[in-house]
Amino acid sequence: MTIREIAERIDAVVYAEPEQMDEDMNGAFGSDMMSDVLAFAEDRDVLLTGLLNPQIVRTAHMLDMSCIIIVRGKTATEEIKRLAADNQIALLETKLTMYEASGKLYEGGLGR
Amino acid sequence: MTADSNALHFHYDVDGNNFTSAGEASVQVKRMLRQMGYHPDLIRRISVAMYEGEINMVIHAKGGDADVYVTPDCITVVLKDVGPGIKDVNLAMQEGYSTAPDNIRSLGFGAGMGLPNMKRYSDELKIDSVVGVGTTIEMTFRSA
Repeated sequence: MTIREIAERIDAVVYAEPEQMDEDMNGAFGSDMMSDVLAFAEDRDVLLTGLLNPQIVRTAHMLDMSCIIIVRGKTATEEIKRLAADNQIALLETKLTMYEASGKLYEGGLGR
Repeated sequence: MTADSNALHFHYDVDGNNFTSAGEASVQVKRMLRQMGYHPDLIRRISVAMYEGEINMVIHAKGGDADVYVTPDCITVVLKDVGPGIKDVNLAMQEGYSTAPDNIRSLGFGAGMGLPNMKRYSDELKIDSVVGVGTTIEMTFRSA
């Protein structure tokens, strides 16, 4: 599933370069606990989280994840946006909860 | 790490007063290893393990020193702090065991996965810790 399709499915606000929108994503992991992301999210491209601090970008960067979805209607800070852009990580914001966003993406075939 | 005149050595100061910047040394190491052309899977293992260690140093020990040694056969990451030390290393190695304060959990860490993750991602993990003196972690990653 491309980042463009992901954004459409969860009605997300997107911060990314146009060329990132057609990148194909392989699987996702959702957690507010970055330690668990580091333990369980190897080989997944998308991070869903409700946590809002720069460490979400560093965690994604360390794991070579290329898309972060911020759930529950939270808004990324300027620092998070800047760090994500610096590391070519697409940033999406959705009003959906983590459960709803995960469900819609799984139903659409992401990570199945 | 035994002295090896053929090893490339990189040193980083880990600032313990700023949680926001925690992980910057790991970011630099990741970038450097990419430039050196290592396999992405190896780079990911090294950067995740080092990042966990860096976060631990910031949470528990007010920062410290990170040193990376690169030889033809392996990459070694040494993290040294003068923090409180680990009382029971076996307990600290158990998944889910954590002594991190609640404010750290609200930042997304302190799930008790740090040391287990470092063990999982490295080929060899050595922990030398003395209560009241500090902790030195040495992780080795075989590249050949």
